[in-house]
Order: sequence, then structure tokens, then C-alpha cells
Amino acid sequence: MPQFGPSFMRTMGAAALGLALALPGVARAQAPAANANTFDAVRARGQLVCGVNTGLAGFAQPDSQGVWRGFDVDYCRAVSAAIFGDPNKVRYVPTTAQVRFTALQSGEVDVLSRNTTWTLSRDTALGLDFAATNFFDGQGFMVKSALGVKSAKELEGATICVQPGTTTEQNLSDWARANRIRFTPVVIERLEEIVSAFVAGRCDAYTTDVSGLAATRSAQPKPDDYLILPEVISKEPLAIGVRQGDARFADVVRWTHFLLLSAEEFGITQANVDQMANDPRPEVQRILGKNGELGKMLGLDNLWAVNVIKAVGNYSEVFDRSLKPIGIQRGPNALWTGGGLQYSPPFR
Amino acid sequence: MSQTTIDPRSLRTPPRRPLRLSWSDERVRAIVWQILVVGIIGAIVWWLWSNTVHNLEVRRIATGFGFLSREAGLPIAENLIPYSPTDTYFRALLIGLLNTLKVAVVGIVLATIFGTLIGIARLSKNWLLSKIAGVYIEVIRDLPLLLQLLFWYAILQGLPGPRQALHPVDGVFLSNRGLKLPWIEWQDAHSYALLAFALGALFTWFYRRDAIAKRIIDGRPRPVWPMALGCMLVLPVAIWAAAGAPWTVDWPELRGFNFRGGLNMSPEYFALLLGLTTYTAGFIAEIVRAGILAVPHGQWEAAQALGLRPGQVLKQVVLPQALRVIIPPMTSQYLNITKNSSLAVAIGYQDIVSIANTTLNQTGQAIEGIAIIMLVYLSISLSISLFMNWYNARIALVER
Repeated sequence: MPQFGPSFMRTMGAAALGLALALPGVARAQAPAANANTFDAVRARGQLVCGVNTGLAGFAQPDSQGVWRGFDVDYCRAVSAAIFGDPNKVRYVPTTAQVRFTALQSGEVDVLSRNTTWTLSRDTALGLDFAATNFFDGQGFMVKSALGVKSAKELEGATICVQPGTTTEQNLSDWARANRIRFTPVVIERLEEIVSAFVAGRCDAYTTDVSGLAATRSAQPKPDDYLILPEVISKEPLAIGVRQGDARFADVVRWTHFLLLSAEEFGITQANVDQMANDPRPEVQRILGKNGELGKMLGLDNLWAVNVIKAVGNYSEVFDRSLKPIGIQRGPNALWTGGGLQYSPPFR
Repeated sequence: MSQTTIDPRSLRTPPRRPLRLSWSDERVRAIVWQILVVGIIGAIVWWLWSNTVHNLEVRRIATGFGFLSREAGLPIAENLIPYSPTDTYFRALLIGLLNTLKVAVVGIVLATIFGTLIGIARLSKNWLLSKIAGVYIEVIRDLPLLLQLLFWYAILQGLPGPRQALHPVDGVFLSNRGLKLPWIEWQDAHSYALLAFALGALFTWFYRRDAIAKRIIDGRPRPVWPMALGCMLVLPVAIWAAAGAPWTVDWPELRGFNFRGGLNMSPEYFALLLGLTTYTAGFIAEIVRAGILAVPHGQWEAAQALGLRPGQVLKQVVLPQALRVIIPPMTSQYLNITKNSSLAVAIGYQDIVSIANTTLNQTGQAIEGIAIIMLVYLSISLSISLFMNWYNARIALVER
């Protein structure tokens, strides 16, 4: 996933991070918190601290009133509703790509809902766990229609705009090596700069996650002048991260995601959640806490699901609220019943 | 100067007093304070260091520079030495360092030339010329450098695409992909010739020094140019010819999306170089003007009264004195160019900061990455400072 902060901000962030780790009083005091029980700590604090993107349309962005909105933000609200019964007990901490993992490790945030690709090395080396993949993405290419290119395989010799810093850059060079394609990279960090370089014709193609390409394309005055090529060259499962060491908290986050999926599957929406409690299907009754004690098993209120769905709706409502307006299709994020990858284990 | 002019009193040293272990002894006090200050600084550094290490351990963040030997996998557009994404992070960072040096060194040379010309122009008696120079300095100095870089980059992006490239002379193409020039295919013979040129230049420099020393003794001028011509032109050409005189021109041509072959100057590099040069030249112009104005008018008149030609007046009398004022602030400007080159990330030139940022993001080694960036800039800056201080000492007024 690309990143969007200006570089000097990130450098400063990294420097501040070094300082935070170095400063004795502050850091030593925090160290035990990093290992403590996150679930209890969040409850005792009465507030969930959620690490989000610094500003990415559709995923996490403050609106004109300064209220955070977006797909990732709704997940923070959902977890807050699950724990406290109130979606607004969240403090949002914007994190750059650079400081996001340390922010989680050090206990500065409880949960990282921030377009983070789940990879093996991140899962093992960074002291964090990925609770759930809430958005399946993949890296693609966009070209100008006038270029006459119909497939990424035709990009031999092309100049390709790419944002530096994350998996995107490495995927591009892996793909080029595998397909014996030579290319010239143009590596610019800021989203606006790289898009304007691409639009100005500095590059023949622009590569980033397909969701990002769709958002960029829809923001252009004439979206039809741009073509997203069919090839998807990487898997980018964007997942919610939690700190390693508290399986219970990870369970809460994971099952909150599954709840949104199951709610969509069974047709439970923000509007009809109260009526649905009378639905005869046993699984719906279990989900909504009418039957059984699934909520208590998670250490939550038995009506947690009702609170979550009242707060944010089901997965499709969350998706349509934030991602549909910027031109992102469900694609692989459709439910498994609709041919997609989003699949919830049974609520039983 | 002979020895007799030295004042014998200045050779005397003050009488040595025995060291008394008492607070009233100035030297004891000095030593105690110094030990205390150094100790406190050392303790603070150790404290910060041990806490960092401790906290990294607690957070299970891997530390160390082992990542440098891992495969980088990041594409780099401009490299002075061969590079492919399969190379290590160390090599990628080395490419970044060379890219930083490439823009800093060329920028320093160009900004010095350009700035000196503008500084002299501002002193010109020609009203138009001096006003243009004045306006240039005021405008350039007052706008943030980042803004200027983005401005130049936007202008270069406005150039036509490669298929409609401007084509003023055969083999030269100007497009939004950069400036393409024909270039010779580099072979060993060219490297030998270049080496011969460098050695020749070094030898000429020693020869010139020797010639000047001899002239001071007997007053007879010795021309340096025949030696310079022989060492710096005839010898390299002869070596090149002996190696078979290879001469194949590599013409750029449009193939597919882009130009292939030839020498390329990317818009990113060009915008950065242009921005840094024009910006710093504004400051250098003022330094040069100040330096020249610092030489009293009487010096000009005295030199003219001696019958020196205008060129000689400038070279032998005014410049040596002006340089003493110019060099120290000039060092700061050179350091500024080097450090400002880190703004390259904004316009996509892959310098050390850009590549180190990517590295630390991919490996998660934030502290090591920042340490590498700091180390690189510190080394470059200290080298510039050392060189400029040496040069400053060399041209300083030698008091006898």
C-alpha cells in the first residue's frame, strides 16, 4: 500500500520515534503497557485508541467538521461499539506508513486500522498480529487510453510512476523481472505530485493498488481518458493489526469484522437490526444475542452485535458509504456467496 | 623574512607554578569542571543509548545493520554505477549517496560560477544589468526552495511527450522524459585517457608551483602552458590513439515508449540542479558583492598607480583580499546546497534520503535508517568544511 505523508514529515516522525524510544522516563514507563492486557487496558481507559491513515480518500479522512470518516474509521467505530456499546469512544491517531508499527508496538495505539498489507515478515518480525483482512486489494497499472496499451505485458521500455516506501515498489520490480520487462521508474512520494506527473505525461503508466487507481481515475476531469489495465500483479490483503500478546482483544477485533460480514450475509442492516431480532433463523438469533451467549464468550455485552450494526451497519453498508463514491467496485471483496473472498466462520 | 625580526619577548613562556590540590588553584578548578561536564554528557548519551536498546528489545523490534546485505528489490532510475533491483540495500544506499553527491558537487560548481557573475553584475556601472541582478537576488532569495523546485519540475513536465520531442539538433531530444544527448560508447581506452588527463593535471599543478617558486628567486617568468598542453591534451590523446582510437557515437533514438541509448538527463535531476543552483546563486552573489566591496577603494587606486593592468589589479590585489571575506560564508552556502538536496524526495530524484526512507520503511529499521542518513550528511558536510577551512587558511592573511 502506498503512503501519503510528505517525506520530511515522515523523517521527522522517525526522528521523533527514535527520541521517544530513547527518552528514558516516557519510554520506560510505557514499556510494561506494551505487554499488558490490551483488552483490560482499553476497558479501564474507557476509550479505544485507533491508528488510522493520515488522510486517504475513502479509507480515513477528516471531513470539513474534523470528524474522521471512511472505511477504516468505521472499523474503529465498530470495535468501539462492540466493547463500549458506543461507537464514539474512539481517539484517532493519524499514523504515517513509517511510524505505524512502532505506534502499535509501543502502546500508543490499541489497534491499527490503516491499509496495512498482511505479509509474513510483518506478522513475525514486528511484534504484531493481523486480526482480520477487511479489504482485499492488489496492485495494478493505469495508463492513458490514448497510449493504445491494452495489457501490462506491453509496457516494455515504459516509464512507470510509483510511490516509494512500501510493498508497491518491490512488487513492481519483482513483476518486471519475472516478465523480462525493462522500465524506468519515477519515484515520487506525495500522492498529488505523482498523480500530476502521470497526468502531465512524465510517465506512461502509474502503478499502485487497484483501489487507489480507481480513486485517482474517478477524481480526474475525464475518467474515460484513463484505462486500468486488467493485470493485477500482487496480493494486497489489507488487514487490521493488533499488538501481539493479547489473543482476547485480537478475537474481539476479528469477530467484529466477521460480524459485519455475517450481517450482510443474513441481510441484517442498520435500519432493520431491531426487527431482525425476531427473525426465526437460529444463526441470526445467535448473532443478535437473542439466543446463546456468544457475546459473553468474547468478554463483551451479549448485545454487542446489535450495538455494532446500529453504529456502522453491515459490511456492504460500510463499503458503500465510503468506497463506492470514489469508484471502487466490490470485486474480490464481495461475499463468498457472491463469488468474492469475504467469508465469515459460523457464529456458533 | 629573517629570524631577527621576531620579538624575543614573544618566545618567553610564563613561569610554571606547582600544581596545588586546592579549589583556589585555577588549573585544578578547570580540570574538575571539564571532567564534570564531559562526564555528564557521557552519562546522558549512555542513558539514551541504553534506554533505546532496552525499549527496542521490549518491543521485539529487531535491531542492527544486518538488513544491509539483504536484497533491496527497489527500482532506481538513475545510477552512476551499475545497479539492479536484485542488488543489496547497501548498494542501493550507495547509489543514493552517489546521486546526492552528483547533484551537490555539480550544484556547488554551477552556483559558484553563476553566483559570482551575478554578484559582479550587481556592482556593474550598467544600470540595467545591476538592477536585473538586484531583482533576481531579491526574488530568488525570498521564495521557499521547495516551491521553486516544484515550479521547475512543473515546467519541465510541461514539455511535449517523447513522440513529439523538441529536436533542435541531430541527436538531441528534449521532452518531458528529459534531455537526450548523443554520447560515445565508453570503452577502456577512454578510461585510460581520462586517467592520463588527471595525472597530467596533477603534474602540471606541481610544475606551475615550482615555476612560480623559481620566478620569485630569479624574477624570470616561465611559461606553464606548453607543459599543460603536453600533459593534459597531447598525452591523453596519444594514449587514446595508441589504444586503437575507439570512437562510436551512441545516438539516442525513439523506440517504443522511450528513447534508447545516448546520455540522459532526467527532468527530476535537472529540476533539482536548476532549483538548487539558482537559489544558492542568489546568496552567493551577495557574498561575492560583499567581498569585493570590503576591499577599500584605496587598494584599487594604489594598484592602478603601480601601473598594473585592470585584470592584474583584480587578480593580484583585489581578489586575494576579497576571498578572505568571501570564503567563510561561502562554506555555509556549500553546506546548504548539500543539505537542501534532500528536498529531492519532493520531486522524485532518488537521493540518499529517498532511498534510505524506502529502505527503513521496507525493513522497519527506522533508527538505523535515520542514523545512515545523518552519517552521510555529516560526512559530506564535514568534508566540505575541512576542505574549505584548509583553503581559507591557505589564502588567509599570513602574519609575520
